[in-house]
Amino acid sequence: MTVDITGGSSGAATKARGFLTWEKREHLVKLAILILAAVLSFATRLFSVLRFESVIHEFDPYFNYRTTRFLAEQGFYKFHNWFDDRAWYPLGRIIGGTIYPGLMVTSAALYRLMWLLNITIDIRNVCVFLAPFFSSLTTLVTYALTKEIHSTGAGLVAAALISIVPGYISRSVAGSYDNEGIAIFCMLFTYYLWIKAVKTGTIFWSAVSALAYFYMVSSWGGYVFLINLIPLHVIALMFTGRFSHRIYIAYSTLYCVGTILSMQISFVGFQPIQSSEHMLALGVFGLCQIHAFVDYLRSRMPKDHFEILFKTLVSSVISVVLIIGTVLTITGKVSPWTGRFYSLLDPSYAKNHIPIIASVSEHQPTSWSSFYFDLQILVFLFPAGLYFCFARLTDSNIFIILYGVTSIYFAGVMVRLMLVLAPVMCILSGIAISHLLAKYIKSVDAGGAKLASESKRQHKKLEQQTGGVKSEVAIGFVSIITLMLIVYTFHCTWVTSEAYSSPSIVLSARSHDGGRIIFDDFREAYYWLQMNTPEDARIMSWWDYGYQITAMANRTILVDNNTWNNTHISRVGQAMASSEEKAYEIMRELDVDYVLVIFGGLTGYSSDDINKFLWMVRIGGSTDRGAHIKEKDYYAANGEFRVDKEGSPTLLNCLMYKMCYYRFGQMYTEGGKAQGYDRVRAAEIGNKDFELDVLEEAYTTEHWLVRIYKVKDLPNRGV
Amino acid sequence: MVEISSVISKFYNDYVQNTPKKLKLVDIYLGYILLTGIIQFVYCVLVGTFPFNSFLSGFISTVSCFVLAVCLRLQANPQNKAVFSGISPERGFADFIFAHVILFLVVMNFIG
Repeated sequence: MTVDITGGSSGAATKARGFLTWEKREHLVKLAILILAAVLSFATRLFSVLRFESVIHEFDPYFNYRTTRFLAEQGFYKFHNWFDDRAWYPLGRIIGGTIYPGLMVTSAALYRLMWLLNITIDIRNVCVFLAPFFSSLTTLVTYALTKEIHSTGAGLVAAALISIVPGYISRSVAGSYDNEGIAIFCMLFTYYLWIKAVKTGTIFWSAVSALAYFYMVSSWGGYVFLINLIPLHVIALMFTGRFSHRIYIAYSTLYCVGTILSMQISFVGFQPIQSSEHMLALGVFGLCQIHAFVDYLRSRMPKDHFEILFKTLVSSVISVVLIIGTVLTITGKVSPWTGRFYSLLDPSYAKNHIPIIASVSEHQPTSWSSFYFDLQILVFLFPAGLYFCFARLTDSNIFIILYGVTSIYFAGVMVRLMLVLAPVMCILSGIAISHLLAKYIKSVDAGGAKLASESKRQHKKLEQQTGGVKSEVAIGFVSIITLMLIVYTFHCTWVTSEAYSSPSIVLSARSHDGGRIIFDDFREAYYWLQMNTPEDARIMSWWDYGYQITAMANRTILVDNNTWNNTHISRVGQAMASSEEKAYEIMRELDVDYVLVIFGGLTGYSSDDINKFLWMVRIGGSTDRGAHIKEKDYYAANGEFRVDKEGSPTLLNCLMYKMCYYRFGQMYTEGGKAQGYDRVRAAEIGNKDFELDVLEEAYTTEHWLVRIYKVKDLPNRGV
Repeated sequence: MVEISSVISKFYNDYVQNTPKKLKLVDIYLGYILLTGIIQFVYCVLVGTFPFNSFLSGFISTVSCFVLAVCLRLQANPQNKAVFSGISPERGFADFIFAHVILFLVVMNFIG
């Protein structure tokens, strides 16, 4: 990528040299680099579309896709009042009030706009290509932000870096239609406007940044990070004695207008003034008022007078705040912190208290290798960038330092917050690289300076900056940096292509002869459900597949990926973990018609339901009604989880086991192994010959990935 | 106590003498907003906050108006010329109106 850009831009520059002045040429180069970076960031995210087709990926995006389709077809008012009876049977879900609508509104608006221009694009394609499109915009915004903070050169490098950083690509490839795709853009855009407001101190910029903040709130729950980071910046400025009227204006306006704007999102509601996560912002707002007032008084009276007044004010204010705070906490007006935020502060909190949060893989703590995997050289350049920021401290530098330090902590706590870290890594690395290159590349040029200097201005620049470093050292240094950047490019492309571009709805594997095999079992099963089951059939599955079933099969499901009701999920977990008779009672209670399980034993697909089974047991056993389900009953005598003959009898007779391995005992799966050899667990299954009493097999897909069972009706009397 | 009252009276005299008329006008406006804010606060203590969104939009609009007026005052104050280079009082006033347009659009939506 770096190669691309330098090549392209120098080409453009050469062409322009003949008839443009130095400034114009500089502009042209800048423009060329930016456009190339933006195009590249779009193009590199298209691997999955080229390799498979234009499909929506994974789980959550299916829900977003379904709601977007609804919004595009039915209009905003119906969308806002939408009560969905297809999910969470028998509870249903109020969609309009429980989602961040920014994503759907954005793509529906783009869709309408396209149609207005007579571009008849399908809504699905809008959804698929939205994330790459917004990552192009992110590239541009990163340039603007870095330029405000440091310099144009750093901005260009940061833009180039962020266009291909895997930590961001992981969430924004084509088809990964999720909130994060646009939220990162919104976040950086808000930061940019905030920095602008801090620098100029105009009401206009901070009002605009409040609008950007509103967009951010409407699109992602991560806005809480933003509304804590900005007050933190203000506090840091206060402590370092940099608080000025400019910052007062920027923050007060942003907070007031932003707060009332954020309350317009019905999912957020009154939280901005009630929940503890927003209290820092409120407190800093109050502090700003006091600070400004004190500053005003100080400017208007002699010192000893001021001190008397100041002491009285401070003691009275502190006592009032303490009293109000205690009263509100005791009466319960200020809600306690929610589980997700405790888990941010204390990584082991979720694991110990809430199994449903701990069960999601993207909520796990990040391992060291994944930092390198997602960020590569940025990991090493990040401290250098921090150093350069500290070396020349300004109001806006403090912001980026705070952003870097806090986000590296959060990224360490939760894998998916790597996304928040990636942009700041790029910005700081951009600063580091441009700083280092700017220093050394002058000395490289020094030998040929007389040739190159055509205009006076350039000549002056060169004269000022050559000094100290020998040309050979400089050449060596610059080539090392270039080499690192090239390696970074290859690494990013490789990671994107290998790790982040599989849609996980269509699987692919290599066959023995090296050809590519496509497993399209998921869509096959969902299509079967849509065509062969009654319109109002209720389907039980583990919650991972809920969104996909409603979106693709258009059937009612019991639990889905919006894990808001723990007891309901727990009930499904209990059904899966119980013996057939007990499970039948639960399934009758929940009106289940069909049960769907994912089974990878034949193909070797490892994230199937048997591997997730322990979570079902844990979640099932976490509520009162599931108290009889104990995790240790499902382990073999030696404490392992195994499905072969040594496995625990409870496991070998539970519903999930039976559904997955029904008729599997007669299958030959791998050469040289006995019948019923499970390729994921690498074991011959323990319970082979059994019949199902309360279920009957309805459908099994080509590679046995999805198996659907019909729940039998109650037997006739006397039979 | 005596010290404090003397300090305050001195401050008041200084204010009356040394503040430009324009800023005094803004200060009167600020006082008026403060008054409405206090009335709303007393109301919510006595009667309650029942339509919470209406109360909030009323109260937040008061706070925001106050804050924005303070911002305007800061920008218009000739003492602060150095801090706000390139922002004329007219520019400040235009920004002030821009923020109010956004604010009141939202408040009207929220008041229910």
